[in-house]
Amino acid sequence: MPERAPLLTVEHLTTGFQVRDGFVPAVIDVSFHVSAGDTLCIVGESGSGKSVTALSIMRLVEPPGRIAEGRIIFNGHDLLTVSEREMQAIRGAQIALIFQEPMTALNPVFTIGNQIEETLRVHGRATRRTAPQQAIDLLAAVSIPEPQKRVRDYPHQLSGGMRQRALIAMSLACEPSLVIADEPTTALDVTIQAQILELLRDLQQRMGLALLLITHDLGVVAEMADRVAVMYAGRIVEEAPVRALFDDPKHPYTRGLMGSIPGGAPGTRLRAIQGTVPPLGALPPGCAFAPRCPERFDPCPKAPPGTTDFGGGRGVKCYLHGPAVEPQVAPPAPVERV
Amino acid sequence: MIRVGFVIVALAVFVAIAGPFLSAYDPNAQELARRLEGPSLSHPLGLDELGRDILARILAGARVSLLVGLVVVTISSVTGMFFGSVAGYFGGRVDDVISRVVDVLMAFPGILLAIALVAVLGPSLRNVVLALSVIGWVGYARLVRGQALRAREFEFVQAARALGAGSPRIVLRHVLPTAFPSVVVQATLGMAGAIIAEAALSFLGLGVQPPTPSWGTMLDAGRSHLFDAPHLTIFPGVAIAILVLGFNFLGDGLRDRIDPKMSQ
Repeated sequence: MPERAPLLTVEHLTTGFQVRDGFVPAVIDVSFHVSAGDTLCIVGESGSGKSVTALSIMRLVEPPGRIAEGRIIFNGHDLLTVSEREMQAIRGAQIALIFQEPMTALNPVFTIGNQIEETLRVHGRATRRTAPQQAIDLLAAVSIPEPQKRVRDYPHQLSGGMRQRALIAMSLACEPSLVIADEPTTALDVTIQAQILELLRDLQQRMGLALLLITHDLGVVAEMADRVAVMYAGRIVEEAPVRALFDDPKHPYTRGLMGSIPGGAPGTRLRAIQGTVPPLGALPPGCAFAPRCPERFDPCPKAPPGTTDFGGGRGVKCYLHGPAVEPQVAPPAPVERV
Repeated sequence: MIRVGFVIVALAVFVAIAGPFLSAYDPNAQELARRLEGPSLSHPLGLDELGRDILARILAGARVSLLVGLVVVTISSVTGMFFGSVAGYFGGRVDDVISRVVDVLMAFPGILLAIALVAVLGPSLRNVVLALSVIGWVGYARLVRGQALRAREFEFVQAARALGAGSPRIVLRHVLPTAFPSVVVQATLGMAGAIIAEAALSFLGLGVQPPTPSWGTMLDAGRSHLFDAPHLTIFPGVAIAILVLGFNFLGDGLRDRIDPKMSQ
């Protein structure tokens, strides 16, 4: 695939939470990029920092959380330096976030149409007169049947899949160029999941969107991704084009994940990764995965591994593949607690 | 219960609007020769110490009571909603400042503060409204703050921010509507409180000034005739009790309707 200039570049992002005992990082030195028309899947377990990464890009991390370091270049601007007012104009209009729970992400007291119109009006994309028709068109665009009727429905009158479609319509109302979808199908039935993914892919192709898809479901990854970033305990431990990742996972954690997918011969035991994710406040000094890793050896517990570059957009943070050590990231200055 | 409350309140509102036409007598017309006369056919509730028809004065007094209640509740609820939602939504230092002011005002006996304020500002209907609003808004502020704290965590509030809505818009559109049902209940019960407080202040001579009829001043005037002409105090007292009861029934009923957990 020819490389285009990336629409979004995240460089050395570190986001964490200021707690009584200091700064607890949830996202550590994360770098990636997404281009228009491209889908990057961020995959990882709960608590691996996927959602915090998404919120950091939107600059919606709330205190005590804060972005300690890094740059988020979107369309040539560093989002971490623009004013809150400029950021408001970007949210929804240029970068849209699709939430996991379509029930709770819609306000129960307004109709679907009203909420879509509101989004259009916030960004000046419609007037009071034109908004209702635009809302109907948007519902039609996400394949909601009888949009003229549905537009007057309240969220509780719609099924989960319909609500997620309505939410997608709302997110895409202002034709953003980047869409971040945070587990968009997790709350849905499997059959509905497939429909929603199909819809997202279809819209992405039609609108030339850059899609940042956050998921813990490797099936979704296989279905949707161009490239994949695997997160573990706040770090991206492996990044690769989707085919390469599935054909030849390099990081023991990625291999563990693939191994835990059901699908072997019936009756065989499912291979799970031993142990649990370390709590964020108490990451081991070396590789965060070392305590659970079946292949750990001498250097693993000593210092976090750096990225070994395989070329072609592949990189792994693991001593099995190279001696690179993570450059000593200066610990962020402690901030006075307010 | 809610129906009883609604009927009483509706009746009071009707009386307040149509009051002067419901009685044959002018509430201020004096018949000095028949002063302190008890209930009779021509004057169903009797005559007061200046020979004025008590029924006509109670009907006219309903207007003052409801007006004070309505204005006080409107001012306090709007002020309270504003400060409460700002405190709850923004949190941090803004919340600290507003919440401490609320705590201080709540720690102080409300009616005492109102008396002090009216004493300083001078007795008048306007100052009664002002004083009652100054102490009244804190309840709404605390109520709405709690709701706003809860609303802030709703995913649709996050979603609205992710779609680029600014804080004022989010507060108006997503935070306040979630608090509104509770505010309506609080306001209905607050009407009762304001009516009693107005009567109390007028009774103490700090409220509505004679000759304007008010239930509180009528109680005050009847005080010196408690034993020889009890009807001077009984009837305004009963009027206050019925109206307050009506608002309480209505408020409790609304609360049960809104909160299904409360109803059996």
